[in-house]
Amino acid sequence: MSSLTDLSMLELAAKLASREVSSVDATRASLQRIAQVDPKVRAFLRVDEAGALKSAEASDARRKAGSPLSALDGVPVGLKDIFLTQGVETTCASRVLEGFVPPYDATVVRLLKEAGLPLLGKLNMDEFAMGSSNESSAYFPTHNPWDLTRTPGGSSGGSAAAVAAREVFGALGTDTGGSIRQPAALTNTVGLKPTYGRVSRYGVIAFASSLDQPGPMARTVGDTAALFQLIARHDPLDSTSADVETPDCLTGLEDGVRGLKLGVPREYFAEGMDPEVAGTLRASLEELEKLGATLVDVSLPHTKYALATYYLLASSEASSNLARYDGIRYGQRAKDARGLKELYTQTRGQGFGAEVKRRIMLGTYALSAGYYDAYYLRAQKVRTLIREDFTKVFQQVDAIVSPTSPVPAFKLGAKVDDPLSMYLMDVYTLPCNLAGLPGLSVPCGFTQGGLPIGMQLLGRPFDEARLLRIARAFEREHDFFRRAAPV
Amino acid sequence: MPLSDFQTVIGLEVHAQLLTQSKIFCGCSTAFGAEPNHHTCPVCLGMPGVLPVLNQRVVEYAVRTGLALGCTVKPTSVWSRKNYFYPDLPKGYQITQYDQPICEWGELVIDTPSGEKTVRVRRIHLEEDAGKSVHDASASAGQSLVDLNRAGVPLMEIVSEPDLRDADEAVEYLKALRDVLVYLGVNDGNLEEGSFRCDANVSVMPKGSTTYGQRCELKNLNSFRFLKQAIEYEAARQVDVIESGGKVDQETRLWDVNKGITRSMRSKEDAHDYRYFPEPDLPPLLVSDALRDSQRQSLPELPRAKRTRFMGEYGLPAYDARILTAERPLADFFEACAKHVSDAKKLSNWFLGELSRLLKEEGTPISALRFTPAQLGELLATVEKGTVSANAAKDVLGEMFRTGRPPADIIAEKGLAQVSDVGAVEAVVDDILAKNAGEVEKYKAGKKSVYGFFVGQVMKAMKGKGNPGLVNELLKKKLGD
Repeated sequence: MSSLTDLSMLELAAKLASREVSSVDATRASLQRIAQVDPKVRAFLRVDEAGALKSAEASDARRKAGSPLSALDGVPVGLKDIFLTQGVETTCASRVLEGFVPPYDATVVRLLKEAGLPLLGKLNMDEFAMGSSNESSAYFPTHNPWDLTRTPGGSSGGSAAAVAAREVFGALGTDTGGSIRQPAALTNTVGLKPTYGRVSRYGVIAFASSLDQPGPMARTVGDTAALFQLIARHDPLDSTSADVETPDCLTGLEDGVRGLKLGVPREYFAEGMDPEVAGTLRASLEELEKLGATLVDVSLPHTKYALATYYLLASSEASSNLARYDGIRYGQRAKDARGLKELYTQTRGQGFGAEVKRRIMLGTYALSAGYYDAYYLRAQKVRTLIREDFTKVFQQVDAIVSPTSPVPAFKLGAKVDDPLSMYLMDVYTLPCNLAGLPGLSVPCGFTQGGLPIGMQLLGRPFDEARLLRIARAFEREHDFFRRAAPV
Repeated sequence: MPLSDFQTVIGLEVHAQLLTQSKIFCGCSTAFGAEPNHHTCPVCLGMPGVLPVLNQRVVEYAVRTGLALGCTVKPTSVWSRKNYFYPDLPKGYQITQYDQPICEWGELVIDTPSGEKTVRVRRIHLEEDAGKSVHDASASAGQSLVDLNRAGVPLMEIVSEPDLRDADEAVEYLKALRDVLVYLGVNDGNLEEGSFRCDANVSVMPKGSTTYGQRCELKNLNSFRFLKQAIEYEAARQVDVIESGGKVDQETRLWDVNKGITRSMRSKEDAHDYRYFPEPDLPPLLVSDALRDSQRQSLPELPRAKRTRFMGEYGLPAYDARILTAERPLADFFEACAKHVSDAKKLSNWFLGELSRLLKEEGTPISALRFTPAQLGELLATVEKGTVSANAAKDVLGEMFRTGRPPADIIAEKGLAQVSDVGAVEAVVDDILAKNAGEVEKYKAGKKSVYGFFVGQVMKAMKGKGNPGLVNELLKKKLGD
């Protein structure tokens, strides 16, 4: 049943290049697939059929004229609803932004448009990217295509589910504490969180500015690399954007892991991990060893403080970043408010969901006079220690290998009422954000029950190419990416 | 204790808008007076997803100011967010500098009745301005409108130590600071449009005490007069409170222009918790040695130094020197003119008199003057030589001011040249004396006060063009003196 939508991005790009299929064909196939499975998966908040087809037609015209804009010209993709898209409603899965039609494109959206990729629409997410299951979306939860009773992870769960369900060929997500890698692990997809500063945050709705980083999500390592290369650009509109060269991740992609030293942090293999996940990871490590890598036992001693540090810093920044949603200039405004204070409290009271409110309150508390030193400032100091842990380890090893998520996809509703256990979903991913490092999740197996398991690779700053190369060496030995979700 | 037993203590926080073309974190115009929300973009509107990009010119201006005030310019300073909700604050926070400002510890010397005084400048920091809420426009009742043209306009806040001891010193400090900023070209010194404004922290303590009293902050004083009035009122109020056994509360107060009183705006209890923290969207602000050095090298001579030099170099009285140096273009023009005249004090008289009157009346800036320094020098030389009278020269200057034509042309065209021809003047003198024989008799009989009458008659007959020296000389000769 090999259909067009089963192709990887690079496979489709090859067929587009040889004129075997057109971008309109591919876009139609995606739209059909969306119509077919999205009522079950619910990955899309908004499908932009007209916009995608128009862009596909333009791509075909360019192809005909012999002037494609990029290697991926004509390959349709989806966008997490956190990316501003000019003229297309963007809500960040929040009621507070309902009806908001941005007047400008996020830099990454502009880059995709300039590269000629049709944009299929906006994908569901946890509200303002706060959550690990997509259940905090103000609209509806997204379902994991591998088991519709389970979550696809979050907050880029819509992106992961759409990629896994073959609704889109690839997608962009954002990763603040693991929001690309964790859902990638739970849906048998590849997700790359680039080095902080590698991809522009301009036009990406801010959750925690010092941690947020947009990145690619796709079905194969090669696709991930290709998509990453399109968006990894210095952007003068983002003052934290790094002025470094766009990497070439495809040339050395097949070079393998022979001779590489891979660190295995003992703190990441502690208790709390699902036995099946632990077993699969150990097997994967052995495989990497067989492929020629050397495994090195390493220690990241401050790991145990990462979760608390992360939730203090991310919430502090969020409490400030979300202050602009006040009902004054855009989005929803409380209807019957009398007076300014009522306008604020009602607009924000009605507009934000429980998880967002929880984090705004936590962050407001952590930053408030009298508590700043004990919470925010202390967390910043611990962050420095966590960074230093990584710096030391990377003097010994080329990359770090660990599980991505401690457990496979869990049941929808299972953790909704227990925020703390939900926060534990990010325990392996968020130290990487605190340190600003690149991280990648690659499928590494399945549970007995058929749920995907992901392996996480962490690297030195701006060393994404090496992570992709390691992931590719592993991927080459398997057919995980050929396995389609049973939706 | 009576009022005179108390000492007032004042510190000023001055907000100065920097004279950049564009805003501090985006490319929007900073021009004053545009249609509401005309100078806005996603960045200064605080749209979702926007990020600030620092305008480097703002840094140059702050460094320049810091150097001029003798501050330490910090190689690294940090942007912070000041969080509060207000409709004219688009992002819900203001980007400002908090515990690590760009400049620290400088000073400004001012004049007081008891001599020079050095006022310490604690810090200079940079921040973005907020927008403006409009409550009384054409909106229907109960509605307010928001104009975000000002949102993101670059401001520099200059904070003094509480070194000022009375309202006059505070005014003197504010004037001196304004002169410096205007000199540096970083601020237009315009209090009316709010591009230069001031908050005052005022407290009182018994004379001789070394412990400051509780202070109140007086907000948004937008004229020198209001600053003086507000401080004087507030100090007296605080003394009253203490005298009647009360305690001064720490609070923010407003100057009520109409009633001439300060009134409470908010108390310490309902003061905001601004939840400052480092702005994660901006890296630390780095000032390179190169930038600091280039700013130092391009620092102009400052008003105080210039004033001293004017007194020494041109022999001007302090009063003249101060007025001439208050604005840089005026001082520059004066110096240009001084090259063409021999008597600087006479030139100064023209500047302080006729020229400043014309400038004020016509609302012309120095930069738009039509005549050249050489032409003004020529006019003064003409007066000196007696070619025209001082009065006629005023007319000539007026014409030069309006048209920029050379003084010689104007004098010739209007026939303003004085008559210095002995024969011509003598004829008129003879004629007048002949026509007024009775008065001549009285004069010769000792009524010397008639002399003025003769001068007036001669001048009248000559339409004011008679050379006064010659007229006097001839009159006296003919009258036998």
